[in-house]
Amino acid sequence: MIVDQKPVMLTVAEKTVHTAVYTTLFFDFAIDFRPGQFVMVWLPGIDEKPYSLSYHSPTRFGITIEAKGLFSRRAADLSPGDFVGIRGPFGNGFDIISSPHTAVVAGGCGMAPLAPLVERLHPDLFFVHGARTREFILFPDRFAANRHITTDDGSLGHKGMVTDLLAAEIRRRADQGAPPFDRVYACGPEVMMHAVFTLCDAHGIPCQVSLERYMRCGFGVCGACVCSDQVVCKDGPVFDSKQLKKMPDFNRTALLKSGHAVPLSEYVSWRCL
Amino acid sequence: MDNITFLGKQLKNPLVLASGILGNNAKILERVHKAGCGLVTLKSIGPAPRDGHRNPTVIDLGGGMINAVGLPTPGYDHMDAEWQALADRDFPVNASIYGGSVAEFVKVAQFVSDQGPDFIEINISCPNSDHHGMLFGVDEKAAFAVTNAVKKVISVPLIAKLTPAAPDIGKIAKVCEDAGADAICAINTAGPGMVIDIEARTPVLAFKKGGLSGPMIKPVAVRCVYDIYRAVSIPIIGLGGVTTGEDAVEMFMAGATLVGMGSAVRYRGIHVFDLVYRELTDWLAAHHFTRDDIIGAAHNPIAGPDSTAKKSRKTP
Ligand SMILES: Cc1cc2nc3c(=O)[nH]c(=O)nc-3n(C[C@H](O)[C@H](O)[C@H](O)COP(=O)(O)OP(=O)(O)OC[C@H]3O[C@@H](n4cnc5c(N)ncnc54)[C@H](O)[C@@H]3O)c2cc1C
Ligand SMILES: Cc1cc2nc3c(=O)[nH]c(=O)nc-3n(C[C@H](O)[C@H](O)[C@H](O)COP(=O)(O)O)c2cc1C
Ligand code: FES
Repeated sequence: MIVDQKPVMLTVAEKTVHTAVYTTLFFDFAIDFRPGQFVMVWLPGIDEKPYSLSYHSPTRFGITIEAKGLFSRRAADLSPGDFVGIRGPFGNGFDIISSPHTAVVAGGCGMAPLAPLVERLHPDLFFVHGARTREFILFPDRFAANRHITTDDGSLGHKGMVTDLLAAEIRRRADQGAPPFDRVYACGPEVMMHAVFTLCDAHGIPCQVSLERYMRCGFGVCGACVCSDQVVCKDGPVFDSKQLKKMPDFNRTALLKSGHAVPLSEYVSWRCL
Repeated sequence: MDNITFLGKQLKNPLVLASGILGNNAKILERVHKAGCGLVTLKSIGPAPRDGHRNPTVIDLGGGMINAVGLPTPGYDHMDAEWQALADRDFPVNASIYGGSVAEFVKVAQFVSDQGPDFIEINISCPNSDHHGMLFGVDEKAAFAVTNAVKKVISVPLIAKLTPAAPDIGKIAKVCEDAGADAICAINTAGPGMVIDIEARTPVLAFKKGGLSGPMIKPVAVRCVYDIYRAVSIPIIGLGGVTTGEDAVEMFMAGATLVGMGSAVRYRGIHVFDLVYRELTDWLAAHHFTRDDIIGAAHNPIAGPDSTAKKSRKTP
């Protein structure tokens, strides 16, 4: 179903606490879906914010919340039986190509929109997942796919950045004459996505990344989420290399709630994904 | 392309982007212009930084939407990058402004006028804030005072944007004309209305009440434009619920010189401007009319090709 008009009130069917920071809420509701799309989540009396669908089946979907601010803490504190308002799904989603030569790069809770994508991609994909510390590695046991983990502090996997491993793999394939990547998918902090985009671009590999901006309507009228001439909620949140090249605001500027355009560093201090 | 002269400026066609719709930066305005819009409007700019209301702020209801965004603004003096980007533009821009008092309107208007927009629109009609706007649009004395004061400090044509909440919108329009407004824009959102979620037992919008827009308010907008046309001789931007070329024809017949669209972007995408422009020209061609033939046509008791005599008006 598509419920892109008034929110529908759904009850939390099940809740999974993954780590001290990540919680998934499940809803038994059939919703149309393409990996990368998001829903607007309304907690009456509190606020309404966008969350990616991190789980999806014909009868159930889930959203995964990183508890960090006022809203996300309240959302993560909900229990089965509690009501939540949902509108969506909104946005374009990822283009899915099923090839063994794809790579997926996740940073922190950027794993949330990528997880249902990974489930639809070729199982032999190259999968890198990084985070600040092991606590911020989301879904460490969810996939059969062989995943390369990196942490900034070395508390799990390789100590360093996701782009180190991606660069090494791109080089290895070139050196060994193996087929290059057809496509790289990424979601995480915007600086990380920019690094992935730059690396891919240097090697002529198309990539798709999912951006985050402050949102109000979710369907492309209010303008709160604009990034250059793109409307992130409607034209995105997923953008490909071609589009990113024409978006000077990518990794540079974002609008605060007031509409004030600020450097990305100022904006990201309060955003995850 | 039509190449219309409106208040001394060239527009490629008579379609206008409503304030508050996608008008947050120069790049997206340029895209809307390229998508077939003759005149784009910036989101209303206010005197000081404001976050607007908490979400939900904008909800689609199917036949229209309800919103209480709450006039978020970076503040007129925190927009250097945007003014710079707009300085090199090759398309006309209407700058919408608001204030909580005549003095605030004047302060913002003076500054914004110096940034070189093609027009300044005073939003004296926003229902979504406790302290801003609407009072000026329902009270004749206040409407006169603010229009008159702003007119004195700006060097570009002035458009007054009115609310359908005025008991007699024609009177307010006339007062604005007398105070020096060069054109009227009508209407801002209707209502305010309310939507309650019966499961949550609470209004859906965080601000509880919100302005209605889109197809559900078109009859209100058409009536307002009709009333205003009878009251003033300055041009009118007809706005509210237009999503098709035929809706635009209806607005012209009520008396509009230009036709605005906002919510239509939700229902038909950014290219709604191209689509409506094509539908409009097709309709005119099929009926052997020009746009001038139909402006105000509904005010003539016998409609028809030979009886669309126009009321005499100032050339826009
Ligand atoms: C398409 C999309 C998909 C998303 N998917 C997910 C997802 O799957 N999982 C997920 O966890 N999140 C996701 N997000 C992010 C999510 O919407 C929230 O932004 C996030 O959960 C933080 O919300 P919060 O209210 O808890 O934090 P906030 O209350 O916003 O607080 C975060 C921090 O920022 C500060 N802050 C708040 N507002 C401002 C402001 N205007 N200016 C400066 N600082 C401010 C706060 O003080 C606080 O320290 C997604 C966002 C988008 C756009
Ligand atoms: C989300 C949203 C935000 C708006 N913000 C403003 C605003 O900042 N200033 C203003 O003058 N009008 C604002 N409006 C009103 C529109 O400009 C327009 O007058 C109204 O929506 C009716 O036109 P429509 O039916 O074509 O949308 C807003 C409308 C919407 C839907
Ligand atoms: S959130 Fe309103 S346009 Fe994107």
